[in-house]
Amino acid sequence: MIGLYHYLTISAILFALAVAGIFINRRNLIVLLMCIELVLLAVNFNFVAFSRYLGDETGQAFVFFILTVAAAEAAIGLAILVVLFRNRRSINVQELDSMKG
Amino acid sequence: MFQAILFYTFAAVLIGAAMGVIFSRNPVHAVMFLVLAFFQSSLLWLLAEAEFLAIVLILVYVGAVMVLFLFVVMMIDINVERVQGGLVRYAPLGLVIAGLMVVELVQLIWARSRFEVATGGFAATPEGYSNTEALGAILYTEHVYAFEIAAVILLLAIVAAISLTMRKREGLKVQNITSQVAARAKDRVRVVKMEAEKRQ
Repeated sequence: MIGLYHYLTISAILFALAVAGIFINRRNLIVLLMCIELVLLAVNFNFVAFSRYLGDETGQAFVFFILTVAAAEAAIGLAILVVLFRNRRSINVQELDSMKG
Repeated sequence: MFQAILFYTFAAVLIGAAMGVIFSRNPVHAVMFLVLAFFQSSLLWLLAEAEFLAIVLILVYVGAVMVLFLFVVMMIDINVERVQGGLVRYAPLGLVIAGLMVVELVQLIWARSRFEVATGGFAATPEGYSNTEALGAILYTEHVYAFEIAAVILLLAIVAAISLTMRKREGLKVQNITSQVAARAKDRVRVVKMEAEKRQ
């Protein structure tokens, strides 16, 4: 029977793939943003699965708020990306070293 | 049984789409794979009877956020070959770490199911249960403060995105609203008193 553990497994695989994507695509800022979206999706999977398992809708309310914050984050992140590309003509993460951190 | 077949199909497509996101060289393809991944997740949530969130995921995420991503990817002209040069260099390390994480997490998740009697199955919803109604009932009562904060966060995102991308261009013919409002009739019209001319 499909239940909590199946959904948690899907979530774990999705999370690990997204983290691997952050390692692999270290040059392209826009793919990094997409990988962050995937991480948030994996978290939402956990919330939905536990909400259904415990029979408590609070988890789904949390997913609602995570979606809101993720939309705001995507909007601001893409705005920063556009400004960055306008100034530097590049979104290569390796070239963004003007702060010499 | 039918539900299990559906679950494994959607899950397989979801994992494939996630791999497509992280491995595709072209960012436009990556966005398309991400849309597919969100769509499959929405179907999986429908299977778990979280109907409201499944529809919201498609409407808000695929309809708005992913279109925004696609818009930005197509607007900025990226040299794909030059940007993706580091793919091979970091791939082994990233994959090893991801594999390690998957193995550990799955071991931990399934260890509980092995020792406990509980199957982890979802409880059947009562007759006449509406997911949207139940979600709305707690969203506007218990979590109304968080709901208002979410509204403020969205407003903040609007203001931040506009103020970040707005730029002043030289030589643009725009109205100066302040000076328009501050204008008085006496600045514009000069009333001149003069003698009437004699009739000829």
